[in-house]
Amino acid sequence: MSGGRIVAGLLAPHPPHLVYAENPPQNEPKAECGWETLRWGYERLRKQLENIDYDVIVILSPHWQTYIGTHFLGLNNFKSLSVDPIFPNLFRYHYDINIDVELAKMIHDEAESDGLSVRMMENPDFRVDYGTITSCHLTNPNWDKPIVSISSNRSVHYYSVEVMQEMMIKLGEATRKAIWKSGKKAVVISSNSLSHRHFVNESEVPEDMSKEHITNHSQYLWDMKMINMMKNGKTKELIEMMPEFTEQTVAETDGGALTWMLSSLNYPTYPATIHEYGTIIGTGNAIAAWDTNDEKRKIEGVSSK
Amino acid sequence: MTGEVVLGLFVPAHPHPLLCPEKSPGWARLREAYEQARMIIEESEAELILVYSTLWTSIIGHQFQGLKEPEWVHVDHDFHYLGSMPYKFHIDTDFAEELSNSAKSRGLESRVVSYHGFPIDTGTVVALSLLNPDNNLPAGICSSNMYSNRAETIVLGKSANDAIKKSGKKVAVVVVSSLSNRMFTDKIKPHEEKIHSQKDDEWNRKILEFLDEGRLEDVSQLSREIHQQIRVQKVVAFKPMWWLAGVMGQHNNFAGKVHAYESVHGAGCAVASLIPKIDEVGDKEYDEDDVETYHGDRNVLDTIISEEENNDFESSNEPLDEKEEFSESGTFSTSRAPKPVGAYPHARKVGDLLYLSGVGPRQPKSNAIPGGPVKDATGKNLDYNMKAQTIACIENIKTILEDSGSSLEDVVDVTSFLINMDRDFADYNSIYADYFGEIRPTRTTLEINALPTPIAVEMKVIAKIKY
Repeated sequence: MSGGRIVAGLLAPHPPHLVYAENPPQNEPKAECGWETLRWGYERLRKQLENIDYDVIVILSPHWQTYIGTHFLGLNNFKSLSVDPIFPNLFRYHYDINIDVELAKMIHDEAESDGLSVRMMENPDFRVDYGTITSCHLTNPNWDKPIVSISSNRSVHYYSVEVMQEMMIKLGEATRKAIWKSGKKAVVISSNSLSHRHFVNESEVPEDMSKEHITNHSQYLWDMKMINMMKNGKTKELIEMMPEFTEQTVAETDGGALTWMLSSLNYPTYPATIHEYGTIIGTGNAIAAWDTNDEKRKIEGVSSK
Repeated sequence: MTGEVVLGLFVPAHPHPLLCPEKSPGWARLREAYEQARMIIEESEAELILVYSTLWTSIIGHQFQGLKEPEWVHVDHDFHYLGSMPYKFHIDTDFAEELSNSAKSRGLESRVVSYHGFPIDTGTVVALSLLNPDNNLPAGICSSNMYSNRAETIVLGKSANDAIKKSGKKVAVVVVSSLSNRMFTDKIKPHEEKIHSQKDDEWNRKILEFLDEGRLEDVSQLSREIHQQIRVQKVVAFKPMWWLAGVMGQHNNFAGKVHAYESVHGAGCAVASLIPKIDEVGDKEYDEDDVETYHGDRNVLDTIISEEENNDFESSNEPLDEKEEFSESGTFSTSRAPKPVGAYPHARKVGDLLYLSGVGPRQPKSNAIPGGPVKDATGKNLDYNMKAQTIACIENIKTILEDSGSSLEDVVDVTSFLINMDRDFADYNSIYADYFGEIRPTRTTLEINALPTPIAVEMKVIAKIKY
């Protein structure tokens, strides 16, 4: 079977604060309110996804950190409790996640044949990272689509942002090829914030919005620079800018997710829909979507060949 | 009875010695060394085991495990294929609270985490499983803050020592960390094990030579260089030796022993023990500044006084008296104390008494306010740490007194000014007692509307002069 394609690419940050503020039944802590504008942004994203037909979510999160290659969840289901190690007061989430192992293995094999170091994760006791859970919950709270969960290879620490970029570009290409071969319609998600210099203390009431703002002005300028490139379809320029952006704003893009996602979309030249931008404990968070189904936004690459 | 550290251990974080020692002779030797370390703990008569693992990274200050019996089946993010690690530990929850309180007393942000399912890191799971397999000893576990620098980490170590002393227990302290941490980035077979590079190996051996000679403080002071040379350049610096030295005393007077040194997937892994010795003196090779209280260099944007306020200081009507000796009229100022915000000296001698001007917590050169300012440049109220401000205030007083021939012990009268008595009195009073509880000068504490700079406390003292 072939002819699968990526139907949308999303930038979907994973702050546990948004899940906390929503009070879904899966999460133990309860909030009064908080971060409404970002939550409304996610509402708009979900509305957009209602009109997009897809079979599977493929997600890369910086909170499953692997140092020896890229790993893929490799069992059909994972069910457990996820407790955020930084904000355990906000996020203790009972999850039950179905995995598209077939597609995971196809991306794994494709990446391996392209020379990347890869491994399937088949230990049933493994705990899914909270970044993956949060982004998937906020994107698809019904959890009615299986996911492919990809680890964040920390080549950025071992080598440099440039090496990370090269590897993630390769992984993005492998993902695109595997999805095409699978015949499935996939939404790919980059689970990360933008600027990531955050506060090192927490207000007594976490949802106290009077304390929320970007950590510093230069971070804001950088975030706007990146978002403007997304809005103007300049994703190749964005990737070229990535090393400097990552360094200047201690950005979570060091995990490679955004580079991977844009590579899997073959660097869209059409504008992204920016659903919202807001701050969480001082970090910059943008919710953005590239809808590849729009006739005016056809992407080049394997899916259209 | 005062508690004490009876033993320090340095152990590796990788799961291989726990899960599959039989697969590699090197991993088996690490497992044997872990067993030797377990026996040393037994012989030390330790009553509690305190673990600091570099794999438990915190961001919001420092965290301490506070659940009485955390239980889970842990799986490593990278080495999941080696198997699962079920655990059930016994935590001394009172000690966890004391660790957190002690950290706060020294100006650190801290909290106890007590949640079922909270992820305990691979390093802690491996260390406690092998060193304390039957939970014979209750444990304490503390995090390694991702951004903390040397000063903050040493203060954290000292605060742990404060807690140990207060507990009255004999404690074995354990740091869990690799030496060189560069692993091979591709799969390797167990028989292909080796240290990633010769340079890493040479540095590892240098560190172990020091530890074998009991030279903990020397390794601590080499930590920055070690990080540069053999550590993957993550945000997290090589800080376990700072913490260990902070807990065990910053010296080289230990009986050291290296029990094993092997590679795990290319990283340098060792088991080493340090037993305090009081009958020997070790020379220090280096001499970096010491620090007792964390005054904060994070949140710098909030703690630096605005340019406008700075200009106010600079535009005082009279030139400041920078002379570090008494003038003919008996006035005295020192550059080691915060610059006065008006035309007055730090102190004035009359007879054998020294009268100090009001002193706040501002830092001498940067004007930063430990614990944070009470308001920002726009006048918006900010959260601040009263304990940290009070500590800094008294430390400034101590500096002025010592530079002018007196000391805190010679203080006979104190007048304190607080901007918010309801909010701050308890914290102020607790720090005051730490410094003046045994000196017992007379004291008056007043609430006032405001102080000239965005601080919460100012103190004025009278002291006897020694010369």
